[in-house]
Amino acid sequence: MTETFYDVLRRQGISRRSFLKFCSLTATSLGLDSAYAQKIAHAMETKPRTPVIWLEGLECTCCSESFIRSAHPLTKDVILSMLSLDYHVTLMAAAGHQAEKQLEEIKKKYKGNYILAVEGNPPLNEDGMYCIEGGRPFVEILKETAADAKAVIAWGACASYGCVQAAKPNPTRATPIDKVISGKPIVKVPGCPPIAEVMTGVVTYLLTFDRLPELDRQGRPKMFYGQRIHDKCYRRPHFDAGQFVEKWDDDAARKGYCLYKMGCKGPTTYNACSTVRWNDGVSFPIQSGHGCIGCSEDGFWDKGTFYDRVTDIKQFGVEQNADKVGGTAAAVAGAAVAVHAAASALKKAKKTETVTGEK
Amino acid sequence: MDLNTAAAELDNDPQTAAGRTVYVYEIPVRLWHWINALCILILATSGYLIGSPLPSTPGEASEQFLMGYIRFAHFAAAYVFAIGFLVRIYWAFVGNHHAREMFYLPVTNAKWWAGLLRELRWYLFLEKQPYKYVGHNPMGHLFMFLFVTVAAVLMICTGFALYGEGMGLGSWQGRMFGWVIPLLGGSQAVHSWHHLGMWGIVTFVILHVYAAVREDVMSRQTMISTMISGQRTFRE
Repeated sequence: MTETFYDVLRRQGISRRSFLKFCSLTATSLGLDSAYAQKIAHAMETKPRTPVIWLEGLECTCCSESFIRSAHPLTKDVILSMLSLDYHVTLMAAAGHQAEKQLEEIKKKYKGNYILAVEGNPPLNEDGMYCIEGGRPFVEILKETAADAKAVIAWGACASYGCVQAAKPNPTRATPIDKVISGKPIVKVPGCPPIAEVMTGVVTYLLTFDRLPELDRQGRPKMFYGQRIHDKCYRRPHFDAGQFVEKWDDDAARKGYCLYKMGCKGPTTYNACSTVRWNDGVSFPIQSGHGCIGCSEDGFWDKGTFYDRVTDIKQFGVEQNADKVGGTAAAVAGAAVAVHAAASALKKAKKTETVTGEK
Repeated sequence: MDLNTAAAELDNDPQTAAGRTVYVYEIPVRLWHWINALCILILATSGYLIGSPLPSTPGEASEQFLMGYIRFAHFAAAYVFAIGFLVRIYWAFVGNHHAREMFYLPVTNAKWWAGLLRELRWYLFLEKQPYKYVGHNPMGHLFMFLFVTVAAVLMICTGFALYGEGMGLGSWQGRMFGWVIPLLGGSQAVHSWHHLGMWGIVTFVILHVYAAVREDVMSRQTMISTMISGQRTFRE
């Protein structure tokens, strides 16, 4: 008989009590009602274990770092037990040929039945030579592994959107994975890194319910990316009141007013930071007094400064913000109108003079 | 038809003979014009203040709602603007042919191009007199199309997409206009385009008001009173 998740967990020394606690916690973090805790438990007890293969391409491992810091120790234990058994370059015990052999075995044994989680992205320039793993370009490994996967998770801004290695002029042509993988369902979990609880939540959802969570237009799970930071920010009352930090060290900053004028990207960023927060729910950037930089939004690395509300646009060759471009256009139009009006008045006066003179 | 014949025809249009008065703009068009003008004034002012808010006010947050009121003014005026635009589209179908002018450019019409050239020369002080038109002159027509019709569509699409972000994923605004956000490269980029659209309209308003006043004084037809009474009277 094939091993279930529950079997694996018990073998890892996790008590039944801890297991049930994990199920309730997961149901809550996924926004499901309490009845789902039992469903999750049941699924994990009866369903054959789905292995997860975790590949790392061009990236900084901050997704993995975030993931292993999943606040609740239970979540960490459970998820890591599910994962590290299979293939995760940073976390697995095996190395070298042994590890690569293991990857091949999983791919064969669970063909069409494993989940592929990708951290980082493949650079496509020079036939993918900018990222070599086990002597081969990462893009090849990625395509091969994705071909037999059931579903693909794109971890972080790298896999989802490209992130800093794709910043202009993108010398290595770092490319988001959905541009390389076709015909597979892909869940994007953006952020630099994504929140640990969001990551474990997505994995658990995929493993227990055997389907993708509901996604938004950009392929992100609605349960975590359905609202902006701004919508749930605890400083929102100061925004509505019109109370803003004007300088980093002013009185308003000490009072914890809204960071909108300091370039906070909360109003344009979809993520769960203002509800789930970081490090066991201790804090998140805005709570620590710095604006959101919008790290879970597409192109955040190329959208101008983090410290202006109205950011620069690059469509016109000059790096200026919309208000400067537009304001200049309006001012030029105003000046042109004034000059034109003066010239017109002169013309009109001359004409009248001629007419009167003729009389 | 070459440009010269077109010009000759335009000069001898019996409709625009001196002293004649023609009914051009029907009541819904005129009403829409002035409601729109008011909306644009409110939208541009409140919109600018949303992007670059006023200095902070001291005191408890619960005692004030300044940003909230500014945003409310913006959203309320935006609804009036959008609904007005829809009604205006409806009127393009049922109103007279002048009501349709704003929604297309007659790029295949030689007469129109001849008129556009003449208007350009007139504004560069190279012509003694412009042609007379019952509706818009071609220059005005071009600007109406670009800075009223196209700009309104751009502002309504980007505006409702951004509004939909606040209203949430399931809202009708989000469902109908949410596609704009990834299309233009994210929420922040949509904000930038929305700002540019605003400045485009502000620039247009400056030129529009100037042109209307100037033509009223210098050309051979009424302008400002036409948008009030609907009647256009020709001179000389």
